[in-house]
Amino acid sequence: MNETTQPIVAMQALNKHFGSLHVLKDIELEIMPGEVVVVIGASGSGKSTLIRCINGLEEFQQGSLMVDSKALLPHGKSGKALQKIRTEVGMVFQQFNLFPHLSVIDNISLAPMKVRGWSRADALETSQRLLERVGISDQADKYPAQLSGGQQQRVALARALAMEPRLMLFDEPTSALDPEMIGEVLDAMRELAKEGMTMVIVTHEMGFAREVADRVIFIHHGEITEQGPPEKLFDKPQHERTQSFLARVLKH
Amino acid sequence: MDATFEFDWAAAFGSIPHLLPGIPWTLLISFGGLAFGFFIGIFFGLLRISPLRWLRWPAIVYVEVFRGTPILVQVLFIFYGLPQILGSPINALTAGIAAIAINSGAYISEIVRGGVQSIERGQREASLSLGLSRTQAFRYIIWPQAFRRMVPPLGNQAIISIKDTSLFSVIGVGELVRQGQIYIATTFTAMEVYLMVALLYLAITWTLSILLRQLERRGLAGQ
Repeated sequence: MNETTQPIVAMQALNKHFGSLHVLKDIELEIMPGEVVVVIGASGSGKSTLIRCINGLEEFQQGSLMVDSKALLPHGKSGKALQKIRTEVGMVFQQFNLFPHLSVIDNISLAPMKVRGWSRADALETSQRLLERVGISDQADKYPAQLSGGQQQRVALARALAMEPRLMLFDEPTSALDPEMIGEVLDAMRELAKEGMTMVIVTHEMGFAREVADRVIFIHHGEITEQGPPEKLFDKPQHERTQSFLARVLKH
Repeated sequence: MDATFEFDWAAAFGSIPHLLPGIPWTLLISFGGLAFGFFIGIFFGLLRISPLRWLRWPAIVYVEVFRGTPILVQVLFIFYGLPQILGSPINALTAGIAAIAINSGAYISEIVRGGVQSIERGQREASLSLGLSRTQAFRYIIWPQAFRRMVPPLGNQAIISIKDTSLFSVIGVGELVRQGQIYIATTFTAMEVYLMVALLYLAITWTLSILLRQLERRGLAGQ
């Protein structure tokens, strides 16, 4: 089969429970290579949990999940396949989660060396190039605590990209940032989208979503209530829940 | 009060050469014991946070038993009790080192557990999301950060263990207090000699405190 016609993420009837709480309900979702998908919804709707299932940071209980043609199994029983998947799926977190004891350049070069087995020289060269790409090549030898929030998040993006992932997950990447720093992170993500990276983004930045998304997914109480191209979902939402959510977030 | 008592400075300073031979013993027992205690502590501390329950409970039992009983009883048990089973005596130095090792090991395993558990969950998630194995995540990301946080409480434990060795005078090992007792037996200058003994302990522990503070200032310890 032609690789481009195969979805990079395929979820079927995926269900997740936290104890008695039913967090994800019968999720059906396919993501094609090159697609930029933005997931929106109220806090607690399950949108972060959804993308955290894709790289196995959250377990699910029923359903099937294929990522990069490898199956993730329910109850966290994926074993070696999970680590394989994670090498191909990068993630950027709300709290950056940079390694505070390592310099910026070491944060980025660690995984390519330890996981991919690159030489130190190759890893450093790639890391330096990625730092240039996210616009902070002069900060390579600093430690995360010496950087602003926006710079830290750009390092986190470079760190994930150093593994040359086929898919990037973003879990509210700008929610912990001061307002004046949101733009620089979104700019870097915009660049990445332009270059054709497959991206799944959980965000509250509706303007950004409208601009970069190929498809927007609205989640409510663990269910995909509605999805579609941004102009359709933002301008003519079909579902009443989508309408009231958008009315609340777009008012500001 | 005895109004005629006069502190005998000559006796105090005169005792020092007789006390100094105790210092190597005190240092040998405390740091020898702490070295073993460190490995015992890492071993049980990591067992204690294992996801497997049957690995956790031996660590819990170890900590409760050796943290919950007095070190004096522990050393008496080793020195006088164990030979009954072994059929041969244990020398006092070995007994002292063993007592510090098992006792500090219990406290250090809690320090290790606390240190590792204090690292934010996001550090592990970020490591795993990059494709690192759990072992790699621990080795390169979690442990180096946890260890820095463990240094101040480890220093605290070292100071406690150094002072604990003073109890081992009861098994006749020639550490500082023992040397003091031997000297006092011939001079009857308890006040002067015990003051000097106290000052010598203080010199050891204070030196250690200064070294630890330098480590923290250089950013090699603490947060």
